[in-house]
Amino acid sequence: MSNHLSQKFEEIVGTGNVLASEVDRHNYAYDAAVLPPQLPALAVRPETPEALGRVVKTCNELGLPLTVRGSGTNLSGGTIPSEGGVVVLTGALNKIIEINEADMYAVVQTGVVTAKFAAEVAKRGLFYPPDPGSQAVSTMGGNVAENAGGLRGLKYGVTKDYVMGMSFYDVDGELVKTGSRTVKCVTGMNLHGLMVGSEGTLGVFNEIILKLVPPPKASKAMMAIFDDLGKASETVAAIIAAKIVPATLEYMDDFTIKTVEDFAHAGLPTDAKALLLIEVDGHPAQVEDEAAEVEAICKRIGATRIQVAKDAVERNKVWEARRAALSALARVRPTTVLEDATVPRSKIPAMVGALEKIAEKYKLTIGTFGHAGDGNLHPTILTDKRDHAEFARVEAAIDEIFDVALSLGGTLSGEHGIGMAKSKYMVKEVGQGSIMYAKRLKAAMDPKNILNPGKITGA
Amino acid sequence: MSEMRQLVGLLKQIDDQLVACMRCGMCQAVCPIYAETGLEGHVARGKIALLECLADEVIRDPAGVKERLDACLLCGSCQANCPSGVKALDIFLKARAFLTGYYGLPPVKRAIFRGLLQNPKLFDTVLGVASKFQGLFTKPVNDMLGSSCARVFSDLIGGRHFAPLADKPLHDVATQRDTPRGHSGLKIAFFYGCVVDKMFPRIGEAVLKVCDHHGVGVFMPHAQACCGIPALSSGDRETFEKLVALNMKVFAEADFDVLVTPCATCTSTIKKIWPLMAEDLPATTRFQVKELSAKVKDISAFLIQDVGVTPADVAVSGEPVTVTYHDPCHLKKSLGISAEPRALIGCNPRYKLQEMDGADSCCGSGGSFTLQHYDLSKRIGKRKRDNIVATGATVAATSCPACMLQIGDMLSQAGDTLAIRHPVEIYAETLAGR
Repeated sequence: MSNHLSQKFEEIVGTGNVLASEVDRHNYAYDAAVLPPQLPALAVRPETPEALGRVVKTCNELGLPLTVRGSGTNLSGGTIPSEGGVVVLTGALNKIIEINEADMYAVVQTGVVTAKFAAEVAKRGLFYPPDPGSQAVSTMGGNVAENAGGLRGLKYGVTKDYVMGMSFYDVDGELVKTGSRTVKCVTGMNLHGLMVGSEGTLGVFNEIILKLVPPPKASKAMMAIFDDLGKASETVAAIIAAKIVPATLEYMDDFTIKTVEDFAHAGLPTDAKALLLIEVDGHPAQVEDEAAEVEAICKRIGATRIQVAKDAVERNKVWEARRAALSALARVRPTTVLEDATVPRSKIPAMVGALEKIAEKYKLTIGTFGHAGDGNLHPTILTDKRDHAEFARVEAAIDEIFDVALSLGGTLSGEHGIGMAKSKYMVKEVGQGSIMYAKRLKAAMDPKNILNPGKITGA
Repeated sequence: MSEMRQLVGLLKQIDDQLVACMRCGMCQAVCPIYAETGLEGHVARGKIALLECLADEVIRDPAGVKERLDACLLCGSCQANCPSGVKALDIFLKARAFLTGYYGLPPVKRAIFRGLLQNPKLFDTVLGVASKFQGLFTKPVNDMLGSSCARVFSDLIGGRHFAPLADKPLHDVATQRDTPRGHSGLKIAFFYGCVVDKMFPRIGEAVLKVCDHHGVGVFMPHAQACCGIPALSSGDRETFEKLVALNMKVFAEADFDVLVTPCATCTSTIKKIWPLMAEDLPATTRFQVKELSAKVKDISAFLIQDVGVTPADVAVSGEPVTVTYHDPCHLKKSLGISAEPRALIGCNPRYKLQEMDGADSCCGSGGSFTLQHYDLSKRIGKRKRDNIVATGATVAATSCPACMLQIGDMLSQAGDTLAIRHPVEIYAETLAGR
């Protein structure tokens, strides 16, 4: 059976591009989510758009579940394949087709790595702002399929704000084009809007058209330390109330501060209750004004220490603490469960308070850091998945984290996606009607349910 | 089947290290092999996942896992960039030893490691003969040497371009010595390493010249043995341990302040791998190994940090020579040393350092990796060559003789005429004498 299957795909993508050995199958059975692996029948690596289309068509004809995989960094199990399914690797579809400086857009294939793309754009004096934590390896196709965010979300938005159009394959291998290279376009349905965040359940992306913006001419970073979480939160609110929109506004809790200090010795006060990392950018004069105003707000509300970066070296130092957050936390225990429940930013103190109670109730270690400006927190549970009793408590704690986030008017996922990990919670947030609508939509576009089944709606 | 159980048992020993990998996949950004092949099985995350599968007995194909494990340069890029601090090199070295225990060492490697490396004198004699007759070697001998350990014999393998074995190895041109501390008040034990001894004795001579000039005493015994990494990276822990023991016998009791080597790989092996592998040895031996290991230092780090060399006051005529420096993985990623070799080059005012793109990206050598995966090694090496040539430099410098062999091979195949030098050679040029 599997030999026959391999042959069928080899005819499309060539012999070296079908990976069907036991070790290969195990290598494409997981992603970055803390979930059990599921063994695919094989993985294929198309090298041309035509081959990609034919792979999709063949999967549909054979009724084989198909999961597209870029770099497999998904944190919600979105790239874990179905048992016996086909993994489609986008690694060989990695060309930047066009970067148009005059019209400020770019066209990329789906396997282009985010950071490499952003660097190419920067070389031409333009800016692609979305910067998910995995950008050094994540792919543009994966970013669009998950609607990836990052540190700059507050001011610059997330991936969906940069998708101008795309082409994708439907299950019959027909190429569907949507959107255009123009700023304005109302030709046809906004199908690319539907594709963003669809987690590979509605079509297989081919090329993506992305908006680019001029880069800020200047930026200024500072770190403010507080002996009270309420003051930090009040500072965030006051900055926004002053009509200042920082490019980044990051938060770290006391546990994370201590852990980072133990790990990186960045000189953080270990008795601090909260830390804010603030960066404003734009025109140099405006940056100076805003930085001074933010500093004044921090002082007024009672930051115990404010460190304003005077140059690139100091800016790098300020950022070191934030960059070290996940690394420092991840070393504490063997298993790291990184969540991304998100609340309206005014509810951050309530959410942080609830997280402390949950950690205590379930006897767990939770460090929280994240994007205070947009309410997207990363409660990070430090555990050991081999300890089954403890891991059961982790699962119960996650249930409760979502309940709290929803009760505060928040959402299950700010940027990691629903995937397999959170599909069971969907009904709590959106209701049965929404799920039925999504299921009917999917059934119409993918009657055999081959496109990444089991993700988002659970179907 | 009972052997399979044994293998599973051994893998369970490193379970705590395996489980630390959170599958974030950030290693994909830095792995030189993955950059070429894009295969999950070629990056640290994928290899660790396979080892876990083997330990959990969900994979029944140790050969397939071994093949993936062997496709690794042991450059340590993944470990240096791992957010959760996974000790990937420890894992891979131990796993290679387990799998070699399971499959046994291939006969050719067995002949080399157990027959030659463990007997330094015989090793020297065989290569001494080889250097005189290398043009006449018959094929079986070539084959035997060719499939051997590190890069020591790589010039004997078809398709490669490289400088032959030195006419006279270091241990012939420089006599064994034990000189007292001079005006520096320092004394080193000089661990020259196999590649310097057999292929680049000129680097060893430069070290001796610099030490003499700065009044540094030198203990240089000829009975020293290979650092052991070629054997260990092939999973031959038995030979590795014998080599460490041979070196302990020579160095443990000797009087010196710093154990200096001009080879990044030897430095990193002695500093990091010796104590790691000594964990299972009796307490006294373990203590001795750790004590010696703590004393090891790269030659550039020693000269800059301990001797305090400063730019030489020599006449400069005409344009300076442009030199570019390649960071060996075993020096920068493993030990964090990148400033000192550059500082040492800077001590020769006749040279101007021009940085290349990706100075710290691997050259693709990786010891026996290049022997098993020459095509892949060449593709990685080609990028390094292109970056070197793009600087317009006429000299390529690096602190590891294994990198020198690889880079030399790549430059030579492309018809480039750059010279390859060790920083200590560049500095030694400023000193009077031979």
